[in-house]
Amino acid sequence: MSEQHAHDVAFVRTEFVPESPPPGVASGPVKWMRENLFASPANSVLTLLSIYAIYLILSPTLPWILNGVWTASSLSECREILNGTSGACFAVLTERWPQLLYGFKYPADEYWRPTLAFVLLFIAAAPVLFFDLPRKLLIFTGLYPFLAFWLIWGGTILTPLLALAGCVVGGLVYQRLVASNFAAGFFGGIVAALVVWTLGGVLIPEGASDNALLPAVPSRDLGGFMLNMMLGVTCVSLSLPIGIALALGRQSSMPLIKWICVVFIEFIRGVPLITLLFVASVMLSYFFPPESTVDLFLRVVIMITMFSSAYIAEVIRGGLAALPRGQYEAADSLGLDYAQAMRLIILPQALKISIPGIVNVAVGLFKDTTLVSVISMFDLVGMIRGPILASTEWNGVYWELLGFAAALFFVVCYGISQYSQWLERRLATDHR
Amino acid sequence: MAEAQMKVSDQVAITIDKMNKWYGAFHVLRDINLTVYQGERIVICGPSGSGKSTLIRCINALEEHQQGSITVDGTLLSSDLKNVDKIRSEVGMVFQHFNLFPHLTILENCTLAPIWVRKIPRKEAEATAMHFLEKVKIPEQANKYPGQLSGGQQQRVAIARSLCMRPRIMLFDEPTSALDPEMIKEVLDTMIELAEEGMTMLCVTHEMGFARQVANRVIFMDAGQIVEQNEPEEFFLNPKSDRTKLFLSQILGH
Ligand SMILES: Nc1ncnc2c1ncn2[C@@H]1O[C@H](COP(=O)(O)OP(=O)(O)O)[C@@H](O)[C@H]1O
Ligand SMILES: [Mg+2]
Repeated sequence: MSEQHAHDVAFVRTEFVPESPPPGVASGPVKWMRENLFASPANSVLTLLSIYAIYLILSPTLPWILNGVWTASSLSECREILNGTSGACFAVLTERWPQLLYGFKYPADEYWRPTLAFVLLFIAAAPVLFFDLPRKLLIFTGLYPFLAFWLIWGGTILTPLLALAGCVVGGLVYQRLVASNFAAGFFGGIVAALVVWTLGGVLIPEGASDNALLPAVPSRDLGGFMLNMMLGVTCVSLSLPIGIALALGRQSSMPLIKWICVVFIEFIRGVPLITLLFVASVMLSYFFPPESTVDLFLRVVIMITMFSSAYIAEVIRGGLAALPRGQYEAADSLGLDYAQAMRLIILPQALKISIPGIVNVAVGLFKDTTLVSVISMFDLVGMIRGPILASTEWNGVYWELLGFAAALFFVVCYGISQYSQWLERRLATDHR
Repeated sequence: MAEAQMKVSDQVAITIDKMNKWYGAFHVLRDINLTVYQGERIVICGPSGSGKSTLIRCINALEEHQQGSITVDGTLLSSDLKNVDKIRSEVGMVFQHFNLFPHLTILENCTLAPIWVRKIPRKEAEATAMHFLEKVKIPEQANKYPGQLSGGQQQRVAIARSLCMRPRIMLFDEPTSALDPEMIKEVLDTMIELAEEGMTMLCVTHEMGFARQVANRVIFMDAGQIVEQNEPEEFFLNPKSDRTKLFLSQILGH
């Protein structure tokens, strides 16, 4: 400021400053590299070291992958073809492809059934994942679990129909009762569904599955990546609603419900999943009526679902706690009842906040489905460790098989993660 | 002032009779008696922590009271949820921090309760919402999200949202306290317009100009009690109690 203005506080702008574009920013690859890779001497050294590290990793692996053998009937044949050069023996993947995907006992003639169920899964999941799609598609989503069950396990169609009937009756009872009291509707619905299932279970004749359209496949014959997908999809889709219910229950003003939810969540979080799986494999049948042989698959689903729903409940509780009290008060003051306030106001916001945490749990859960291999279920990892690596033909092809398993899981988990990031951007309405 | 001149109609909108409320052991509202007539505009003022918010939140059961009775439009407020829902759908409330639903557009904010609580068809609810958004002079913002609006605009949306339920009574809890000075006027103008149409209003505010202009009655609360109530002229010119005088000198005096 010049001397003569030093004492002059008053100021009036006489000319308007016109809007102007920001100063030009130079661009181009050279400039980018200079700014990001070689900004300072230390920066340059780190860049060079990183390039060297990448070279060290790629120089042996890349030829190994590119030189891979894709057709051979055993490891020794592979070695003959390679003739001393470095190369992967991917032939194990092509030769054991059906086993990796479906397990070693699923009847080969019926492979189309789980494949079809897998394809239909995308149609069923689409309206849930992308809510711009027509809402009518949700009808198919609702029917999908029963359809997929029928496709994969086969047997009499009466079983999935009975399961569907139980759900429909439960839903109707819930709708009838929820008008007066949310808790009455919730538990009334569950009880009604259980009644239908037990009554219907008695009615289904003993040999109904013998000459069914789709031959029955017992659960112990399921395996491979199909088993991981089935466990992952079932448990994620069950544990999300259960987790929401637990989180809301934990906030409940009814002490009994609150207490049950707290004890459940804290107990499950304090126990390793592997312990729960052992319980599922040996002990859980004690809790069911002695003559009923509850399927091992179902027992494992129950355990993994309990485990992940406890975690999801805690994630959602965080989301609920982050909402200002004013949201509850505004909903109340407009006359919305508890179920409406939760469904329309509170949960959409709380779930949005919880997306990263929920995805974290879902991805973890999906990978944890490989733990079932320790209770002698032949999922993808179980197949690799057991029947494939133990066979005389393929004894010793660890890298190719485990690398394949890793790649398969990575693709699914990366997909989930990308979806969740898209969802977060899509739901961003706060314009902060 | 004679009681007869103060009331606007003979129809009673709200009766509060010997109402007491405690937070734990803290006696926050003490022996509140208040009758509000249809069409009356009441301004409640008093020092911070005197229980003004608690009082109007008791009227639509956002807080429950432990003693005495509150009757709104002939419905006794009790623990019966049916009555609570009935009263809440007849009483609109505007909050200090707007409390709009940030995940819904302005239009959805306004149509949500009519559709789900009043079971009005969506088309009709949207028409009503647009009518009230025009009334608060922001119909062009209908498809934006609350986060994109200024504070004053958000508060006007909050008023429109309440009006969409066609309430018979409106409660305001310091509707302008969270606003920048230049936005206070636009919200007050909306409220004045509402008052001129004969809406029954209970308004917690320190905007004394507003109180002078629209209130039939000003209530002064301190330490959980109604200390003084009067017509605005009398209240401001001739406060009776010392506490009222002190309070008025503090908020008008500088
Ligand atoms: N949820 C609550 N639990 C305990 N005390 C509360 C609660 N809400 C308000 N209070 C207390 O009750 C008194 C009255 O509060 P409030 O009605 O908000 O006052 P005002 O709106 O007049 O400023 C204050 O002392 C406040 O600290
Ligand atoms: Mg207050």
